[in-house]
Amino acid sequence: MSDSASKPRPQFRNLNFGQLLVLTYHLPLAAKSSILHRISGALLFLSLPLVVIPLFAASITSADSYAVMREWVSHPLCKVVLLVLIWGYLHHFCAGVRYLLLDTHLAKWDRISAQRSAGMVIGISLALTLVFGLKLFGAW
Amino acid sequence: MATQQRLGTKRLVVGAHYGTLDFVVQRCTAVVMAIYTLILFFGFLFSSEMDFEAWQHLFTFHLGVLPVGQLLATLAFFSVAWHAWIGVRDIWMDYVTSAGLRLLLQVLTVLWLVGSIVYFAKVLWSL
Repeated sequence: MSDSASKPRPQFRNLNFGQLLVLTYHLPLAAKSSILHRISGALLFLSLPLVVIPLFAASITSADSYAVMREWVSHPLCKVVLLVLIWGYLHHFCAGVRYLLLDTHLAKWDRISAQRSAGMVIGISLALTLVFGLKLFGAW
Repeated sequence: MATQQRLGTKRLVVGAHYGTLDFVVQRCTAVVMAIYTLILFFGFLFSSEMDFEAWQHLFTFHLGVLPVGQLLATLAFFSVAWHAWIGVRDIWMDYVTSAGLRLLLQVLTVLWLVGSIVYFAKVLWSL
């Protein structure tokens, strides 16, 4: 007994980014949804003047530029970028709605319910990304 | 002098409430963007054929003399920029501890967002 008292148990309480990226550290679903909310938000922020507004500008200015925009978007690389941004928007949207429901006490925030709603956020946004992705890559 | 008030029975709230303002703004702008997303989504769904004309009409339609399409898009974009400012500033505050570097990143964030607003406004209002 005296051994265990004299020898402090090791503690690893600080998460570094590497641990998060390689997923060696177990995060509960709510934490996964939360960090994805942050990552997707940062992604959307960066994409605003680089991708979103240029595409919007081309799509809306004239019939000719609209055709040019469609040509850009038909490139597979552009489709992949758009798919990532679509996921980012959908995840940010769904996770944001969850936060609003939690803030207004419309959603329950006990441990079990919170994990379940976070799982729903991740699942629904991935499922919607699949639907928009199939449309984007011309499934119909 | 900051007004003081009690929250509940114990907690005395002091200060200028900048944090509270940001908290509320973050959520109000989120609601504005969510509503605008739904407006665009249903506009997209219920237009019989989505071609250039119909797409442009979503952002340029008028009610009487009011350019409602452009006004809604502009308000939504201001919400995007204000929301993004609070969110990105939170990221810098969480991860960047050096005051000088944080200030630099915050200034760059503001420039990035103001540039985006001007870019978007120029595209939208030159239609």
